[in-house]
Order: sequence, then structure tokens, then C-alpha cells
Amino acid sequence: MTSLAVSVGDEIPAFERLTGFAEWNRYAAVNEEFVPIHMDDEAGRAAGLTGAIGMGQLQVAYLHNLVRDWLDNRGRILAFSCRFNSPNLKDQVVSARGRVTAVTERADGVEAVLEIWTADAAGNRLAPGTCTVLIDD
Amino acid sequence: MSELAEQVTTRVSAEMRAALGREMKRAVSYPVSESDIRRWAIAVYYPAQPPRRFWDADVAAASRYGGIVAPEDFNPFAWMTAEPAGVSPMASAASDPDSLEASVGVAGPGLKNVLNGGLQIDYGVPIRPGDVITSVTSLAEYRERSGSLGLMLFTTSRTLWTNQHGETVKTGLGTVIRY
Repeated sequence: MTSLAVSVGDEIPAFERLTGFAEWNRYAAVNEEFVPIHMDDEAGRAAGLTGAIGMGQLQVAYLHNLVRDWLDNRGRILAFSCRFNSPNLKDQVVSARGRVTAVTERADGVEAVLEIWTADAAGNRLAPGTCTVLIDD
Repeated sequence: MSELAEQVTTRVSAEMRAALGREMKRAVSYPVSESDIRRWAIAVYYPAQPPRRFWDADVAAASRYGGIVAPEDFNPFAWMTAEPAGVSPMASAASDPDSLEASVGVAGPGLKNVLNGGLQIDYGVPIRPGDVITSVTSLAEYRERSGSLGLMLFTTSRTLWTNQHGETVKTGLGTVIRY
């Protein structure tokens, strides 16, 4: 019996951040990710982009925050995947969102598959993916 | 120049294809500290305060893990590893698009730009303070596709992380896109 009821179609509360050098520099500092396109607008433009862009791994972190905060200590992440469709541009508000797409009862709890994604303010998906969780408490 | 670019049908040399399956990198972390975990949580939750379970031992003790554990996306290999010792030369070369092939001893495709194409991870046990993590990465696959930026090369690597008890922390596939 789980205390976290979960059903197909459930929406996960969004995790949102205004992103720019303040966020990217902190992530670079812990992940040792000092790549010019994440630090320098000119390097971003030289790569065919509009300027510097955020790290893909920071999108991954936001998606993990989304799922982990929703689980709230009542389950764990079994599997995660995402791809990077569009870059995270400077001063963009990035929203990590998700919804439950499948639920399976297991002997040790409930396994749920989530469609997850990050999106810009217009709803364009930057990093779509899936996450499988086990809810067991 | 554009005519030449249009005639390129592959960026994958025979030497690169022969390197598939080869080990690219093996690293052993220093013991993970609570401070490492705190700083990671601060960075990925910034500007909000990170959840207390990542920095308050009493709150963490009441969690399902009975103590502080790292966020799943935590990287214990940043800045310096115990093995290979010292600052990794790969860290300074991280923006070199040919660094993947350099790690398996072959010439790269010579492309100019690199983007993160995505990843796929299966999780095992969590990382706890004091854990020593070993990572082994191998070259798994080359794929190519024409896109708006020309012929794009997708390179996938496979990574296994284990802790000091031999338990699997995670297995992962990562893809970089070069063009």
C-alpha cells in the first residue's frame, strides 16, 4: 500500500528557474564544465547560436529536481532519459514539467512512467524525456 | 567550399569505426564529502535553498536512505580524481571536438562544434558521503544524419559507475553531436 496515490494523467508540479550566467556559472563550478559556449556570448555566436547557452546537464538536473521533489521521499528514480532539442538561451525561464503516462503495480510498490520535459516560456520543449520511478512508501 | 561540404558522405573513418567498444576513460573518485553534495545541491536549486535532506543530517537521517545521499545527477569526478591522479588533461581539452577519439588513440573527425545530444541512465544504489566511485566509459556507437547545420555526427558512449562495495550506482548512455 502506498501513501502516494498516482494515476495516469497526473501532472507533476513544475520546477521553474530563470536561467543565465548566475545559474550556469554555479553549475560550471560544481561540474567543472567551463566550456566557452556556456560562458561567452561570442563563443556561442561562433557556434551558430544566438549567444551563450546553458549546459544540457543543468537541464538534466532540473528534471531530476522535478521528479525528486514530487516523490518527496516516498520513492526513487529507477531510470531517466532525455535528449536536447533546443538550447537553453540566456534569460529564458525554464520550466521542468511532467505527467504520468503509465502505472504498474509491483510486489514492492508502484512503478510509474513519466513523460518529462523542460520548456521555455512559450512552451517550446528544450529537453524532452522519460523517467521511471518506484513508489514504495 | 560549400560544394565540398555537400560531397561529404561520412565523417566516420575506418580507424574510428575500429575503435568502437574500446575503453575511453577509467576514473576513480576521491571519497565523496558532504560538502561536495551540499555544493551540488546549492548549484542545481539556485537561487532557492536546496532541500534540507541534502545538507541537514537530522532531516536526512529520517529519510528513506537514513542519511545524506547525493542527488542522482551528482558528478563525483569534477575537478580532480584519485585515479588518474592530478588534474585531468581532458578537463582542459573538454571543448576539443576530437577529444572523444583522442581518448581511444585515433584521429577524430575534425568537426568544429559539439553539442550534448542526450542521455539514458539506469540507477542503482545512491551515492553516500565517503563513497569512492569508479567510472568506466567505452565508445559505443557512431550515427550520422543530415541537419540544418550540415552532416551531423552522433557519438554514443557507455558508462558504468560502481562504488567501493562493487555495487552499481548507475549505467548510462550519453550522446554528443558534432557538426
